Amino acid sequence: MVPTDYYVLLSAALFTIGVLGVLLRRNAIVLFMSVELMLNAANLALVAFAYRHANIDGQVLVFFVISVAAAEVAVGLALLVTIFRTRSTTDVDEVSTLRG
Amino acid sequence: MEFVMFFATAAIALIGALAMVLSPNAVHSALFLLLNFAAISVLFLLLRSPFLFAIQLTVYAGAIMVLFLFVVMLLGAERADATQDRLAWQRPLALGLALVLLIEAVFISVTTIPQTPAVASPEAEAFAAPANLGSVLLTTYVLPLQITGIILLVAIVGVVVLNQRARLRHSLELEQK
Repeated sequence: MVPTDYYVLLSAALFTIGVLGVLLRRNAIVLFMSVELMLNAANLALVAFAYRHANIDGQVLVFFVISVAAAEVAVGLALLVTIFRTRSTTDVDEVSTLRG
Repeated sequence: MEFVMFFATAAIALIGALAMVLSPNAVHSALFLLLNFAAISVLFLLLRSPFLFAIQLTVYAGAIMVLFLFVVMLLGAERADATQDRLAWQRPLALGLALVLLIEAVFISVTTIPQTPAVASPEAEAFAAPANLGSVLLTTYVLPLQITGIILLVAIVGVVVLNQRARLRHSLELEQK
């Protein structure tokens, strides 16, 4: 059996890579993908702990996270398409009308 | 054997994630993210969660990534980011902050998670069978399940409204010309 620590360390590494993606990239679609990566890293930690404690609640939470992520991606990508229609860009630096 | 599987899959997941962030082409990013999702689904299988393995493959690797690829190709946004970055000083700062976050996460997980037993408890092998998960979803978690359904419905309506309004504005602009 692989210790839970290994899964949690892998999950932390994946989450950090996702954060790096959000901070470094300027393409809004890649930002979205990085958010998905972070959600997946959290899911991995949840499943690892659920297995460790033989407790099914963590798995149920992962199920809900996945379905809410599906809804979030649908709305987010629709927003991106709408922004692209008015601005002809997916660069987040260009879309800064709300900046104070 | 399980260790070999774990380390191989973990390496694939890390490589997929890193390549996703570093690749300048958005289509390549999406495909590397697909690789990462597949690796994570194998890790779910190693954690004896067959239902989540199937959900991860069908919903994430199937539906969500197809949506991403559709939008990337529809917008023609696969080219690299613009060369001049308005906030160039952010890059080294972001690297430093991410490093701090990683060190923090590793430190906390090393110091607070007690050492796991070498042998899995027998009930851990079968607790996540799809039948168990389904019965818990439809008894204890039936209200969250319904709310999730409503969230999905609201998302569908929201997407339709967003596209409708954009099309309406587009036809108005055409009329004004």
